Amino acid sequence: MSDTTNSGPMLAADGTPLKRSLARALRRQKIRALALIAPLLIFVLVTFIAPIADMLFRSVENQIVSETLPETVEALADWDSDSGEIPPDKVFEALYIDLVIAEAEKKHTRLGTRLNYEKTGVSSLFRKSGRRVGRFDTDEYTDALTEQNPDLGAPATWAAMMEDSSVRSSLPLTTRTWDRWAAYLISDGENPAEEKLEDVLFAALYFDLRDGASPSDPRLSSLDVSNIEPVDLPASFADADKDWLDPSVWKTIQVYSPNYTSGYFLNAVDMQKGPDGAEARPENQQIYIMLFQRTLFMSLVITVSCIALGYPVAWLLANLPARTANMLMILVLLPFWTSLLVRTSAWKVMLQQQGVINDTLVWLGLVADDSRLVMINNQFGTIVAMTHILLPFMILPLYSVMQTIPETYLRAAKSLGATNWTAFWRVYFPQSVPGIGAGSILVFILSIGYYITPEIVGGTTGTFISNRIAYHISSSLNWGLAAALGSILLAVVLLLYWCYDRIVGIDNVKLGG
Amino acid sequence: MAKTSNSDAFVEFERVQKSYDGENLVVKDLNLIMPKGEFLTMLGPSGSGKTTCLMMLAGFETATHGDIRLDGTSINNIPPHKRGIGMVFQNYALFPHMTVAENLAFPLEVRKMGKSEREAKVKRALDMVQMGAFGGRRPAQLSGGQQQRIALARALVFEAELVLMDEPLGALDKQLREHMQFEIKRIADNLGITVVYVTHDQTEALTMSDRVAVFDDGRIQQLAPPDQLYEEPENSFVAQFIGENNTLEGVIKGINNGVAVVELDDGELIDCKPINVSKAGERTRVSIRPERVEYNKSRLQEGAHTLKAEVLEFIYMGDIFRTRLRVAGNDEFIIKTRNAPDQERLQPGQQIEIGWMPEDCRALDAT
Amino acid sequence: MKLHKTLLASTALTVAAATGAHAAGHGMADSMTLVSWGGAYQASQQNAYVAPYLEMNDGVSAAWDESSAEAVAKLRAMNEAGNVTWDLVDVVAADAIRLCDEGLAMEIDHDEVLAAAPDGTSASDDFGDLIVSDCFIPQIVYSTTFGYRTDLVPEGVAPPSKICDVFDLETYPGKRALEKRPINNMEWALLCDGVAKEDVYDVLETPEGQEKALAKLDTIKDSVIWWSAGADTPQLLADGEIFIGSTYNGRLFSVIEEQGQPVGMMWDAQVFDLDGWIVPAGLPDDRKARVMDFLKFATDTQRLADQAKYISYGPARGSSASLVGQHADLGIDMAPHMPTDPKNAANTFLYNYEFWADYRDDIDAKFQAWLAK
Repeated sequence: MSDTTNSGPMLAADGTPLKRSLARALRRQKIRALALIAPLLIFVLVTFIAPIADMLFRSVENQIVSETLPETVEALADWDSDSGEIPPDKVFEALYIDLVIAEAEKKHTRLGTRLNYEKTGVSSLFRKSGRRVGRFDTDEYTDALTEQNPDLGAPATWAAMMEDSSVRSSLPLTTRTWDRWAAYLISDGENPAEEKLEDVLFAALYFDLRDGASPSDPRLSSLDVSNIEPVDLPASFADADKDWLDPSVWKTIQVYSPNYTSGYFLNAVDMQKGPDGAEARPENQQIYIMLFQRTLFMSLVITVSCIALGYPVAWLLANLPARTANMLMILVLLPFWTSLLVRTSAWKVMLQQQGVINDTLVWLGLVADDSRLVMINNQFGTIVAMTHILLPFMILPLYSVMQTIPETYLRAAKSLGATNWTAFWRVYFPQSVPGIGAGSILVFILSIGYYITPEIVGGTTGTFISNRIAYHISSSLNWGLAAALGSILLAVVLLLYWCYDRIVGIDNVKLGG
Repeated sequence: MAKTSNSDAFVEFERVQKSYDGENLVVKDLNLIMPKGEFLTMLGPSGSGKTTCLMMLAGFETATHGDIRLDGTSINNIPPHKRGIGMVFQNYALFPHMTVAENLAFPLEVRKMGKSEREAKVKRALDMVQMGAFGGRRPAQLSGGQQQRIALARALVFEAELVLMDEPLGALDKQLREHMQFEIKRIADNLGITVVYVTHDQTEALTMSDRVAVFDDGRIQQLAPPDQLYEEPENSFVAQFIGENNTLEGVIKGINNGVAVVELDDGELIDCKPINVSKAGERTRVSIRPERVEYNKSRLQEGAHTLKAEVLEFIYMGDIFRTRLRVAGNDEFIIKTRNAPDQERLQPGQQIEIGWMPEDCRALDAT
Repeated sequence: MKLHKTLLASTALTVAAATGAHAAGHGMADSMTLVSWGGAYQASQQNAYVAPYLEMNDGVSAAWDESSAEAVAKLRAMNEAGNVTWDLVDVVAADAIRLCDEGLAMEIDHDEVLAAAPDGTSASDDFGDLIVSDCFIPQIVYSTTFGYRTDLVPEGVAPPSKICDVFDLETYPGKRALEKRPINNMEWALLCDGVAKEDVYDVLETPEGQEKALAKLDTIKDSVIWWSAGADTPQLLADGEIFIGSTYNGRLFSVIEEQGQPVGMMWDAQVFDLDGWIVPAGLPDDRKARVMDFLKFATDTQRLADQAKYISYGPARGSSASLVGQHADLGIDMAPHMPTDPKNAANTFLYNYEFWADYRDDIDAKFQAWLAK
């Protein structure tokens, strides 16, 4: 003992330091354990983590503007949006180039749709302009330049010219435009050296030369653009759609040109980007905060009613003789065997004004025929139907926790002098709290994201935030906003979970045993 | 057996019957009278009805027929929480979400006792079971023995005069069990409480009780102090159930002057004390305790009856020798002899002669 | 030895079948996934041209996917994932325009792909201005219109015949069913608030006009059940839950004629819309060839007229109109039940695709906020 402590580290039988060989043994164990869970890990990563990451990304992602209109975004950077004037001609020239290429790539309407979320009318602005931009008078540049050097009319000349690095460096705009054009042709399976040359290439060349580019290449050095009459692009655009003369359209493009935006999140909390940063949306467009609040409130009500209805059932299940309990358990699980739609629709039949319950009440004389109760297409109907649908998720964890509470606790309490109620409340109930916790978390989180039932029976006052998310996913296609709403919902759930952990303690949640 | 007069009856079962299914009686015609301060054990195999009796007394089961009285008043219709009976459960039933002190305070709280009084009583009860330092712990943090003590303290803290214990030591290991037997007995004696104790462990029953009620088949087979129960079993069930016992089967030839002549199945005639046999010709089961049989001739007393036996097995157990013999066709005849210098150590196969006094040989029913 | 030969032969057959039945179909895939709406409409497509086509082409199979309601979202997702599994998608015109705009649908040369009319009229002339997008192959004209319970019309009052009767709670008490979206409802509200038909969209462009429309809808808001599935209103009518409600005219036809419910049609201010096919962009050649072959057959004059035997939607081809006959099972004349019948089409609207593409997001936000109030 004393000699090992004095002569440095302990050694294993083969002479390696004990610590290292221990670490190696443990590492092997860890790798083996990792290999065992690898399938699950990969599954979770692919089906769960990745979509969530994708959703978080989409909620801020805004590359479509700078990818579709790269020249415009750059030209627009210096424009003062508060000037009240439309941007200078250079911006229109950039937009012309961007729009021609976007139109070929069929990206301009998608961009229009994107910007239409922020400013109404941009959708048709881009669609109309896309149709018109090919017919602008820019063919004048083509004609003038090919007249000066007929060689320029051959696609092969351009392809060869654009290989030359001195040409590329002297004609930056032309080079960028050619590259984008060529990339589009190649992706479409065409050869840029053979396809017809578009006016946009000559326009770009003209802009470069006009701005003082002096290429040394003999094919270009002879060109003189001073006599060419410039095309009035602002007028052409205005002719396509007068909205191009509206500075607020340009401002929208400028505000949403960065690659990442907080716009979706602002929208998701009823705000928008104003002149002085974020500001509240007009009152007649505010809806999401209210929907979030309603979703939380109704989920809470549903959770509470699930506890109220599920607790006695779970207690019966846990305390009846096995045979009867099994029978009852089948009844509890029965709803799982029928389709969600069928169950929800059944509630419609039950609750509607000409439905079974109203008919019964009228027949009993409790309700007048002309004042039948409104129990569906509102919050009440949603709460009833969702409580019914989610009840098993409350009963099952409650049951499995209650099963582990021996009857002797109640007997002990009674023998100590407690009445039935005191025995239940002081002794049985506290021990069933972990089941309530687990059931509540399940029901609450499930209902917060519920969509089908509120859609069918929710009417206008019983719909949830998830119905808006679904709308933006499948109808308005505003996936960014849907992702922002989803991210907020996720954050709210995590926050509530954290609060629950803080207040109740997460080890106070049991699904059984 | 001396009958207790009804006037000092504290707990009384009168013609109590219990049936769960309406077809079979679990408890058949139970009559029992306990004076105050008695430590009574209900002993019996599982299913004998002893726990049902305890639960009826506690109020968790209702008697199908008959009357149960506590201190002279019928408690049939009094709910358990008003009976004021302390109870210790098999698995202690300590409330896991409360601390030890809260567990003990529970019965005082439901009795609306003031805080200071409550705390004093809890402290006293904890000290009584030597657990004074554990008030702040949760039951799960205690060992089995400690939980046992707390359960006991909780049953006593509200000063119940009657305490029921349902196999309270069943979950403990042997050593701890023996220690706790002593402890429970000591506390019960100190406090002068009346205890009804249910167990299936006869040693426990014999060491702790003032009287033991042996249950079988829904009836009390014998109710007697431990020594009487052991030495004077009234029927062959009790003889078999309490302690180790040798039986020999035979037929009564005649009963004269308190001596029954029994013809064993191999034809041998022996004298026995008739207990619950009445007439000649009746089949009987003769019961002899292993320690009452001798094979050392010098130790046999005068009048002892002798028989031939063959040694089948000899086990040296330190303080005693345990020998298995074949006697009158019975291969399981056991004798226990004290390890003394003059005691011969037998060899298997050895033919010996054994003997006992006729009064140690009890002729019982053959069932 | 014999077994070996049989195995070889059957393997060869399987290979031939799997590689797209070259002999039979000239490089066409032998299965198609068609996307439609389910229900009676899909059944009419199945009966009128899918089943006959499969009968004519041995070895070809067609699978249905009832996803038309989410077609745009799903196609976009498929496109992002790079795996388009659909071959032909039935969508409403507005969705076709969106899909075409985004490059998710293939542009079609209608005259080249589709059959000419029997009298030689080219396909593009035969379909006329119903070709609202280069990617869109129209099949039917349907309309969103109203049905009402005839037995709930108050005594001594004429049945509702004008769109504004929907807003008249005094004369026609009872619940209404309207679609849970601004489209159509806003137009109807403005019409009944005194805006001339030709000015409706000019007014609706302005925030004031939108407020005006919502204010008009406010007058009946408490009596409205908002629907989101086409089957809702027919069911609500059948249950007697509502007095009057909007839905697709084909659904009302089946409630009235097939189920015999006491329901009447109110065609005033019905809104025409189109439904038709689009071909997803980027299909492999063999699948594209099969789809084109099917399309040519399925949209010819006779086939579109046949479809009207099963459902009361107007065929999109001019040349089909005269061929519309009787219902396949009920034996009644279908022409009077078509939204395009002159008697029904006295006062109509055509869905304004351009307007709603621009204003949908904005007005929908306001509409939903108004609904939730």
